[in-house]
Amino acid sequence: MKPIPFRSVLVFGAVSLLVAACAAPVAAPKAAEPTQATAAEPAQPQQQAGLQIPDVQQGKFNVAAVLIGPHDDGGWSQAHYEGLVYVGQNVPNTHVAYVENVPEGAEAEQVIRGLARKGFDLILTTSFGYMDATGAVAEEFPNQTFVHVSGFKTNGKNFGNLFGAMENMKYLAGMIAGSRAKLDGQTKLGYIATFPIPEELRLGNAFALGMRKTCPDCTMDVRWINTWHDPVIEKAAAESLFDAGAYVVFTGADTPAPADVAQAKGKWGITYDWVGSCKVERCLTAPYWDWGKIYAKIAQGVIDKTYKPGFDYFDADSGALGIYGLMEGQELTPGMKDLPAEDLQMVRDILAKMLKGEFNRFDVFAGPIKDNAGNVVVPEGEKMSQADLDQFPPGAEGLACKYCMYWWAEGVTAELPKQ
Amino acid sequence: MIDWIVILQAGVASGTVLLFAAIGGIMTERSGVMNLGIEGMMLIGAMTAYKTAVVLGQPWLGLLLAMLAAGALSLLHAVVSIHLQADQVVSGLAINFVGIGLSMVLGEGLSKAGAVSLLPSITLPLVSDIPILGPILFTNHNPMTYVGYVLTPAAWFYINRTRPGLHLRAVGEHPAAADALGINVYRLRYRYVFVGGLLAGLAGGTISLAVSPGWFSELTTSGQGWIAVGLVIFAQWNPWRAAAGAYMFGALRRLILDLQGPQTLLWFANPFYYMPKLGFFLQMLPYALVILILFIGSREALKKRMGAPAALGVPYIRGERGL
Repeated sequence: MKPIPFRSVLVFGAVSLLVAACAAPVAAPKAAEPTQATAAEPAQPQQQAGLQIPDVQQGKFNVAAVLIGPHDDGGWSQAHYEGLVYVGQNVPNTHVAYVENVPEGAEAEQVIRGLARKGFDLILTTSFGYMDATGAVAEEFPNQTFVHVSGFKTNGKNFGNLFGAMENMKYLAGMIAGSRAKLDGQTKLGYIATFPIPEELRLGNAFALGMRKTCPDCTMDVRWINTWHDPVIEKAAAESLFDAGAYVVFTGADTPAPADVAQAKGKWGITYDWVGSCKVERCLTAPYWDWGKIYAKIAQGVIDKTYKPGFDYFDADSGALGIYGLMEGQELTPGMKDLPAEDLQMVRDILAKMLKGEFNRFDVFAGPIKDNAGNVVVPEGEKMSQADLDQFPPGAEGLACKYCMYWWAEGVTAELPKQ
Repeated sequence: MIDWIVILQAGVASGTVLLFAAIGGIMTERSGVMNLGIEGMMLIGAMTAYKTAVVLGQPWLGLLLAMLAAGALSLLHAVVSIHLQADQVVSGLAINFVGIGLSMVLGEGLSKAGAVSLLPSITLPLVSDIPILGPILFTNHNPMTYVGYVLTPAAWFYINRTRPGLHLRAVGEHPAAADALGINVYRLRYRYVFVGGLLAGLAGGTISLAVSPGWFSELTTSGQGWIAVGLVIFAQWNPWRAAAGAYMFGALRRLILDLQGPQTLLWFANPFYYMPKLGFFLQMLPYALVILILFIGSREALKKRMGAPAALGVPYIRGERGL
């Protein structure tokens, strides 16, 4: 065979052009909704070779978000994307843009630096692994503001940290799940956990504590999946838990797999992250993030020069946390309607207190708390501190934790992951 | 206790996706055309099927359109690699990008769809009462799983025992000789690239409408197309081995999770219960195997011994000496 390199190159060139052509003209811009602010659809970056950095619009306040997954992943990234759209529609004279599918590591730093160089005034980076990259770029561009979601670093000047106490909503979800299980004469629940990190233990424990409030006999089985987003493994994990006898399964990962599988098995699932994820009839509820208001507040704060970068860890009174079916303007899900009135009332009461700021994450983790081996973790009258909620023992230097987040709550039928 | 029946049942269900894609790959590669674009074609199929189910409420029509959409994409690969005689590896990789890009653009907003009608779950009468095999193979599966049972022997029979199958093997092993015998090499290669596309599309549709339903952008297929690429070589271009490998990988995915459940395994402390991180290692195995397989696939001598079609990856140019 005679090689024909030039022809191949030509063909490949043509194909790449086609790829670029296909990727560039994403969904025609929708008509801006007539709000008081200038509404804007986030600009879709072009995606021919690698990650393309969107442009700023002169004369506007430019906000960019860096997303770990696709903007319409149906979970974590979509929740952030919709928060960004909210900023574009509700903060006057803003232009919003995003870059999606940005891997953590060196590439993230390039993307963040690219956005900063283009002149974005506020850059939101929304995955744990972007932390150091965001911090490094923030040092290079002192006049622009960087906010990193999750993580634990800030420089106090132009690099802020932002996260929320989802444990509040997981606690309520646990109460609802326990009530549902007890009502149907079942006592086993299941948790699809992602990575063995303090956050996942905290959220699982918050759920288990809530579960035990409405169903003192209930137990909780755990499956570790070692990923944040993999539709195939998440579904298999849900099936694994249901087949092992779980009646209500909730998840720390992104896809609505627990509810989809519950639908097929006539059981109940609890989804996570995004308000739109609780779609099927057998979806009991969904703890979710509502980033719009908090992003808008930060954007407005940067415009007004009132935003002080630091550790911003919000509770439910921020309006950025939700539990699907119980928030204002939502109807009870089919699975909640026939729950015992006193259980539902208890959930509503605590939710109301949370929204008013009278009940927060420290009340969720208030003693007496026992672990699943019967040891007292937090004695009566004591509460966990932020250092306890965030860390495995012994905690960071200078920020040692007393109780720490390395225990499983009473009723969890799993061993602690080795550190 | 580990419930092996449940694990194998789940393995059969999720392995069906790999099976379709791998048999499609076998058909294409047996005709002498490399097929690295499976992931992209599957994604187009997954998106088309789900979109049809969302917009028209017709999952079956969705599967059909998924096949045609992926088939259309595969024809692009056919034109580039057969007609224009370009490097088939490069063309296959490019097809992936086209598939991913197109499905992301056209799938925009699909993740917001409400409840969607999916493929039903069926238990076959009589055969599902067979002990052990009944619950594994014939209980609570989506219809595509049953199609998979028929497809494997059918594909084997077609390739090895029929006249068109003989022609298929001929154009993959020695296109010049086939040409001399009056077989239209170009037409046959086009046909089997298209068949590979149809089956990749079916695999994609089976994912988004049954196995792990929904649309999650390019995460929908989560690399299963690449496992299928490896599986084709692992199976030595034989549908039976492809089926065995596909169901094995499917079961492995479930086994990793169920292993975390019990405290003891056969009277010993269960390491997966005490150290769930060990699951990482098992999760890696299919991908490690793909790397190994692609390595073997790249070595000419090994490839021969593996039984690769002799003209695989070599464009046929009529009238030129050579294969």
